[in-house]
Amino acid sequence: MAITVRTVKRPERTFATELYLVEIVKGLGLTFRHLFVNLYRHSKRALGLKGLPGSVTVQYPDDPAVLGKRARTRHRLLKRDDGAPRCTACLLCETICPAKCIRITAENAPDVTVEKRAKTFDIDLGMCIFCGYCVEACPVDAIHMDANEVELSSYNRKDMIWNMPELLGDVPKTPSRP
Amino acid sequence: MTFPLPLNDVVFAVAKILFSILGVGLSIAGFLGWVERKQSAVMQDRIGANRASIFGFTVLGLFHPIADAIKLLTKEDFVPKGARKPLHGLAPIISLGCGMFCLAALPYGGVVDYAGRAWDLTPIALPMGVPLVLAALAFGVHGIVMAGYASGSNYGLLGAMRGAAQMIAYEVCLASALAGLLFVYGTLDFTEAVRWQVSHGVWGIFLQPLAFIIFLTAGTAVTKRVPFDLPEGESEIVGYHVEYSGMKFGMFMMTDFFESIVICGVITALFLGGWSIPFVDFPSLAGRSGLWGLWPVAAGALMVGSSVGKILLMLFLLMQVRWTLPRFRFDQVLDLGWKHLLPLALINFLVTVWVVYLWR
Repeated sequence: MAITVRTVKRPERTFATELYLVEIVKGLGLTFRHLFVNLYRHSKRALGLKGLPGSVTVQYPDDPAVLGKRARTRHRLLKRDDGAPRCTACLLCETICPAKCIRITAENAPDVTVEKRAKTFDIDLGMCIFCGYCVEACPVDAIHMDANEVELSSYNRKDMIWNMPELLGDVPKTPSRP
Repeated sequence: MTFPLPLNDVVFAVAKILFSILGVGLSIAGFLGWVERKQSAVMQDRIGANRASIFGFTVLGLFHPIADAIKLLTKEDFVPKGARKPLHGLAPIISLGCGMFCLAALPYGGVVDYAGRAWDLTPIALPMGVPLVLAALAFGVHGIVMAGYASGSNYGLLGAMRGAAQMIAYEVCLASALAGLLFVYGTLDFTEAVRWQVSHGVWGIFLQPLAFIIFLTAGTAVTKRVPFDLPEGESEIVGYHVEYSGMKFGMFMMTDFFESIVICGVITALFLGGWSIPFVDFPSLAGRSGLWGLWPVAAGALMVGSSVGKILLMLFLLMQVRWTLPRFRFDQVLDLGWKHLLPLALINFLVTVWVVYLWR
């Protein structure tokens, strides 16, 4: 593929830009427009009328966080149609993990087509760097990072470790209070 | 002048000075902290400070200046080990004192006849008001240099040196921009200058638009606010007040706001017609009968309100400029001052002198 070069024309320095005063007036016009438009929107909202918001601020702890569609959030383990975890304990995610935050112990699966399954599957979210390699590495699509949960802090390091039932969503995570 | 002065003269003089420093200076300076936050927030599509509350009421964040004041007053006043202690304490006082003097020398109103005598509404009426205010503004830089030197820190000294360099850049333009205008007015007194504008029916900004722009630019440099915030350098924390904490730091912050008010006050008095309002004749307004004989008082209040209102409008513009423009580099400020503003101001002065000479 040939490299395409796009020549960006430099802005010309005319007398008006050299004078700087015209540009200042232009800039002031821009900021004044924002100021008055936003003030109008704020006051419209304050009167209880509908309209565009006057600010783009998300007041996060009071209002819910807005996450992107492709945001990598807390891990989630997926199940097969029969309800058994999809994980086959191949240890690819544990191997690729740069933060070494995944611990898997394997056992024989009763289903002979699967051969292995995970006995325990722990993720230490205190060490996780949310790179998403484990999702990429998984050959059976058993792990996703789409739980849409980012408020993961806890009062001690032990509570940062999530085990398999918690990651599967079978057991709710109940952190210990200080 | 007879001495001892009549008691009501002394009381009135003290009341005027207290009004200019407390009423205009401190209240507007406290208010400006809020305006700066909210105005910048609204024009940048943000909300701005809105968390300080008293019993759950936030009132658009208006309690933040109070919270700031409480914090600054109760904070530890830390003096670093290498600091020269007397100078370290003296610097903010010099800085703030100069700003306070300038506030008291501004004309807030003319002379009102009431209860058998004339009341001059200017706190400190001086025949040499303009040069004295300019001198006091220049002297305020001593506080900055002293602060940087006395704090025993290289960063503080760097900020002080920048402050001194900036002062060299703007101080000449500041005075020479006003030279032409004062030549036209034929006075160095603020009150006389306003009277000239009232009697000739034209404001200084229409006589000398170039001088207005030059003075506004140089005046912004005086206040050490953003297009020219070299002495403070908020973005890289190399300022003359890095070693200051508590209310000493608060005094430096207040000096900034005070100087903004002073610059806006000088602009109001010399360029925007001071207390005058178009199509309002104050002497005839004060001479009206009715209103229980309180028309003179009403006229005086209107004068003060008009000049303070103009000051507030100019402050609004300065705030907007502060959040619109990027910062000038060190050499750019000196270039701007010496290569552009000073020649323009001198040409403006020479042309003005010739025009006035030929006209007469």
